[in-house]
Amino acid sequence: MEEKKLLKGNEAIAEAAIRGGCRAFFGYPITPQNEIPEYMSFRMPEVGGVFIQSESEVSAINMVYGAGGAGARAMTSSSSPGISLKQEGISYIAGAEIPCVIVNMVRSGPGLGGIQPAQCDYFQSVKGGGHGDYKMLVYGPNSVQECVDIMYTAFDKAFEYRMPIMILGDGMLGQIMEAVTLPPMKDFSNVPNAEWATDGTRYGADRRVVNSLYIQPDDLEAMNHKLFAKYDVLAEKECRYEEYLCDDADVIITAYGTVARIAKSAVDMLRASGVKAGLLRPITLFPFPCDRFARLAAMPNVKKFVSVELSMGQMVEDVRLSVNGMKPVEFYGRCGGNVMTSEDIAEYITKEGK
Amino acid sequence: MAIVFEKPKMLTDKPTHYCPGCTHGLAHILTAKAIDKLNAKKVIGVAPVGCAVFAYEYFNCDMQEAAHGRAPAVATGIKRVIPDAIVFAYQGDGDLASIGMAEIVHAAARGENITVIFVNNAIYGMTGGQMAPTTMIGQKATTCQSGRDVALNGYPIHVSEMLSQLQGPCYIERVACYDVKHIKQAQKAIDKAFQNQVEGRGFSMIEILATCPTNWGMSPQDSLKYVEDVMCKVYPLGVYKDTTKEEA
Repeated sequence: MEEKKLLKGNEAIAEAAIRGGCRAFFGYPITPQNEIPEYMSFRMPEVGGVFIQSESEVSAINMVYGAGGAGARAMTSSSSPGISLKQEGISYIAGAEIPCVIVNMVRSGPGLGGIQPAQCDYFQSVKGGGHGDYKMLVYGPNSVQECVDIMYTAFDKAFEYRMPIMILGDGMLGQIMEAVTLPPMKDFSNVPNAEWATDGTRYGADRRVVNSLYIQPDDLEAMNHKLFAKYDVLAEKECRYEEYLCDDADVIITAYGTVARIAKSAVDMLRASGVKAGLLRPITLFPFPCDRFARLAAMPNVKKFVSVELSMGQMVEDVRLSVNGMKPVEFYGRCGGNVMTSEDIAEYITKEGK
Repeated sequence: MAIVFEKPKMLTDKPTHYCPGCTHGLAHILTAKAIDKLNAKKVIGVAPVGCAVFAYEYFNCDMQEAAHGRAPAVATGIKRVIPDAIVFAYQGDGDLASIGMAEIVHAAARGENITVIFVNNAIYGMTGGQMAPTTMIGQKATTCQSGRDVALNGYPIHVSEMLSQLQGPCYIERVACYDVKHIKQAQKAIDKAFQNQVEGRGFSMIEILATCPTNWGMSPQDSLKYVEDVMCKVYPLGVYKDTTKEEA
């Protein structure tokens, strides 16, 4: 049954995961995502699921590997430094084609950095992050409701493609409280375990092995191509974005996550002052909406793009690759945990425009 | 004619890649025989990184290959979502006692209901004979060519002694395989480590003192003698923890 509730982003993600069928959570405390393991610690036993506070992020992601490899809907959550620690495990998970969900409530860096919101983990999310050639399906939700909607279907996508899914939030998204509609509980009790999962029931020729070791170069190369064939399908079927007033825009602002909400208000301000601004908000960060950027870049009315981020400029590189020199691509950002206002963005566009 | 020996059902027909005189083959047989005796409906093993990295090709059940040192965490994830399966991790000394120290300590402290087979040959085998956390003082390795020097490299880690100090584990025993008597004792210990899991008693680990003729630079026979004369003095055999006795 659907339910309307006022929830923090972190709590909402946890509840949506459970309603989406998650029955195993492994995590380690780190600010600003602690509400997720705290919520899971009491909620999982209520639905017959598993919760472990692991000894480290490294251990948590490897518990996800084990549980996910055994066919469970398993997830972990963390924030930037913790995600760095998980990268080894994420690479193994990608290599062994284990479905799972990883939530990153990004904080500022590098190093221990700060605990305030940031988007400086874009690279380590969409470019692979760990060693080897691999990608994840990466979502950048902009509201608590979108966190819920994406989390609710994330396991279905993870199992469809047999790959890790990352939900890339930020400290703001994790901590903000918003009214959300929670979807009904999915029931997987009668769904048979996946045919590749090591549930321990088969022996001999039928036995299953979860593994990312391919000692023969030809075998590993074939595996690399198999993974990238999946990423091609992702680009075709899973790429999502939202557009706001782009059709007649002179300036296309692009931003994801909470920054996109700030940018949307900036578009309204600019429009009110006579500047034709528009917003392109990628919802999937991998696959990136390259084609849409390219089509907008080809439109004669579009003069330039401005990527607005809480970083020193990361997504802007993908925007430049997509625009491919057709139009100028600028960057405006704040970092260190500072967040720009809509006025800041509007002022940047107005000044740079002159 | 009566059958006096059969290959365990829990082993595949794949020829192993282990060097002549290496204890891994024997450790695989003892582990497989112990699992055979359980007649379990579900069995899942976790292979390490190191010489036993291909264990997933030799054990005849569902297997997962873990990242270096993470086998106890992977086994924990499996066991928690399939509690009625027999879950075991098979690890060497570099995997378990160096890079994976946190994972083994915390799996033991949680009393995870899993069985760990810990093969300790006091050296990194797969990578070519580097110093291990269990390399003994004075023992030569490619990264301590004059022998392990305490001033430079510190002391070897006694894993069974250390883990037995925790409240979590049910059963910890160190065994060796240098003669028939000790192989039989090792089998008994491994059998018990799996039986404990069936009975839901929690974490059991068997440490097997093992040979590495290739990287020790010894013949298989001399290696067995080295285990008996040298290793067993540094790493005394015996039961370090057994809560099943405390209960009795």
